[in-house]
Amino acid sequence: MRATIRVYWRILVAGFRRQSAYLLAAFGGLVANTTFGLLKVAILFATVRAAGGELQGYDIALMSTYIWVSQGLLGSVNLFGRIDIADRIKDGDVAVDFLRPLDVQAAAITTEVGKAIFNLIPRGIPSVLIGGLVVGMALPDDPFAYLLGAVSVLLGITIAAATVYLVVAAPGFWLVETRGLQILYMVVSGFFAGLFVPIWLFPAWLEALAQATPFPSMMMYPVDIISGRADGTEALVLLAAQVAWLVAVAALGQLLTRAGRRHLEVQGG
Amino acid sequence: MADTSTASLRTALRPYLAVLGSRARSQRAYRASFALDLLSSLLVGAIELAEVSVLFHSVDALGGLDFTAILLVFGLADLCFSLADMSFGHCDNLPSYLRAGTLDVFYLRPQPLLLQLITSDISLRRLARAAVGAVALTVGLVLNDIDWSPAHVLLLALAIVSGYAVFAGMFVWAGGAQFFLVEGAETTNAFVYGGRYAATQPASVWNRPLWAVFGFFFPMVFTGFLPALWLLGYAPPYGLPDWVGWCAPAAAVWTWTLALASWRVGVRHYQGGGG
Repeated sequence: MRATIRVYWRILVAGFRRQSAYLLAAFGGLVANTTFGLLKVAILFATVRAAGGELQGYDIALMSTYIWVSQGLLGSVNLFGRIDIADRIKDGDVAVDFLRPLDVQAAAITTEVGKAIFNLIPRGIPSVLIGGLVVGMALPDDPFAYLLGAVSVLLGITIAAATVYLVVAAPGFWLVETRGLQILYMVVSGFFAGLFVPIWLFPAWLEALAQATPFPSMMMYPVDIISGRADGTEALVLLAAQVAWLVAVAALGQLLTRAGRRHLEVQGG
Repeated sequence: MADTSTASLRTALRPYLAVLGSRARSQRAYRASFALDLLSSLLVGAIELAEVSVLFHSVDALGGLDFTAILLVFGLADLCFSLADMSFGHCDNLPSYLRAGTLDVFYLRPQPLLLQLITSDISLRRLARAAVGAVALTVGLVLNDIDWSPAHVLLLALAIVSGYAVFAGMFVWAGGAQFFLVEGAETTNAFVYGGRYAATQPASVWNRPLWAVFGFFFPMVFTGFLPALWLLGYAPPYGLPDWVGWCAPAAAVWTWTLALASWRVGVRHYQGGGG
């Protein structure tokens, strides 16, 4: 058991260090995050003001926190649907991965989580700082909220990686081309994760539809907990929902991986 | 004389048409994948419309525009963007050509580099997305109380052509910048795709810095917002003159000046991928 944990810990650290090689890309991502963030500030602040200063529990300060925390998470929570293992499944390299004494799914997700955690440093934290300094934001006073928030962010990152594995990478065992799935994931996930507009501003039916998917647990719930919009028991309920989604997408991914392993056909010699 | 010039034009275009035809056929070859592509680009359009319209679930008007007015802004800007994306969006792949060194092949052919890059692919699936913009525009034109005159028709036509040119110029500008950035596609994406997002918004809610970036330097407001204001007979914000919506062609010329400058500098900077 301890040996297994040590192996995955090493994979996590390797993912973290690998990402640290792409600093220019991370800086570009930060510029992108900030530009989009300022556009969101303009339109969402205008919406809150048009609604009379308060909308579904969002005032200007809380909306600002939502905007900058979600922009900061954008570099870490995988809403783009790209995952390295998808290429390995497509070109057959995954056959080698199956020979290793490691779980293919767990190793792929661990690597992605390692990369995502690194991205919090050049993209996540600066986004929140820029937003806090330039626009100002509300933060919870309770130190416990930050601890819950950190756990929730980690869960969100992991759910996103496991979901991308499930819906983009694993179907690659059967389909030759998964680019269509990746684009579909990118389009749907951002909207339902609450990237553009908090899902709490959706009409009731659309909000219910969003909550029937794992997407809000990737970004919306962590943002709610960090910003203090959800506190106390409400925060614990959101965390429980995250854990449930993680178990569900990971179990399904494991099933598909096992079935795919039997189905896998590697072409070429 | 006229005959010979059309004939020579046709000869000149023939290689491009052949490439485009083969690309269109190749996309239809994998039917299931093509159907999925069509569906997802339809969804892209629908969700982009939803991003803007869910806000109107909570409020009646944003920046002085109600939902039907926003449909007009969104329809204009999104239609222009989708059409530009269909023909020029391929410039986005430049970084992968640069990294793989496959761009050098284009240099070997006796045709202009940019023209080859544009015609090397055309995404039919993006037509589905353009359809969303076209429907939003049509609904916007019908529902809004527009006092139609020949000038209104002319402005609408000018706005669509210029808006297309503005977004196409954005893709070329971003492509030129890739020669330097290579790994920085996300930076330029912020302005190309962020620009699209900006173009579909009621720009009257922006502050001055945003107007400087997405109003004038990258003239996004000229692709939807300002022409729509003129069509509706509303006054533009920040004391801009009423006729500013007619300046869309000037915005297109400015974007292409930026685009061609960026492209020329980029191409000169390029030293080849080796090998």
